[in-house]
Amino acid sequence: MAKFRKKKLSGGDQINTSALPDIIFMLLFFFMVTTVLREQDVLVDQKIPQSSQLQKLQNKTLISYIFIGKPKNASLYGSEPRVQANDVLISSPEIVQWVNQERDKLPEADRGSITISLKVDKEVKMGPISDVQTELRNADARKVLYASTKKTEVD
Amino acid sequence: MSNEINAGSMADIAFLLLIFFLVTTTIASDKGILNVLPPKQDPNVPPPDIKKNERNIFNVLINANNDLLVEGEYRRTAEGLDKDFKEFIMNFGAPNEEAAALYKSLPASLQGQALRRPDSSDHPGEAVISIKTNRGTNYAVFLEVFDLAKKAYFGVYSERVGLTPDEYRALTGDDEASTALQNKGKEGIPMAISIAEPDKTGGN
Repeated sequence: MAKFRKKKLSGGDQINTSALPDIIFMLLFFFMVTTVLREQDVLVDQKIPQSSQLQKLQNKTLISYIFIGKPKNASLYGSEPRVQANDVLISSPEIVQWVNQERDKLPEADRGSITISLKVDKEVKMGPISDVQTELRNADARKVLYASTKKTEVD
Repeated sequence: MSNEINAGSMADIAFLLLIFFLVTTTIASDKGILNVLPPKQDPNVPPPDIKKNERNIFNVLINANNDLLVEGEYRRTAEGLDKDFKEFIMNFGAPNEEAAALYKSLPASLQGQALRRPDSSDHPGEAVISIKTNRGTNYAVFLEVFDLAKKAYFGVYSERVGLTPDEYRALTGDDEASTALQNKGKEGIPMAISIAEPDKTGGN
């Protein structure tokens, strides 16, 4: 028993914490640099599926986002999967108009290469997605990115 | 009296800021699987009647229970499909002149993968992978199959130019060298993944 009590700290009694602010500041700067302040509230569930063959898009300005999933607020919007563009839930026929609005925001030279990033929840069925794709074809916005995260397992 | 400023609360202030940024951060992720949709169909023009040999189409059907039918064969999961896709693309069953030249230009490791089965694709230029779903199919399952089809093609492309698939996919096409590599990988082997319109059963 006494074995433990005999031990004494050789140096001072306190750990030197003077480097702590520096460490914290470093973390702080990391997060400050990587932060993109949330531009919009996502109103639908978003559990993005994982896959392995990911590609990165270089030009961020050309991307517009569509979110598809079950509404988080089921009492207000029901439990069927819905489509969200910008800040509101829209129905399929409105997508063409939305795409045209998004396209108008781009410089004229880039309008043809608008890319739609589909952020789709895992639980969604193909039905709503196919409806959205049909509308995107109608709007002639044919470049689509199925947003996905890297599979963690190794094969 | 000491000359130093008390810096003990510095860490607290930094912590507060840190926590703020931790909470507001969404690490930007513009990664995903690229796809180009087919152009809108003109209702007045009937769809072109394409005659294609059945052996040149690799059919994958996914039903509303997320079961797979791969070339008429039932499967529970999509596991291993990438190998089947690759075998199908690189089959070289009945290459025409152009495809024979393409075959000669391939590295030996890829040439070795040509099984030359008569019931599989004639050559990569003809081969089409067709994925068809129900409206009730889970998106995650569809994406898994689509992902594996892309994996097969990227595997072929990267092997051809001597990169790893990850390196090949990371090519941006921004500068001439990477564009040249990209094109060298793709040349003569178009990425033909057809996604059929889902049929109505099993969904809303």
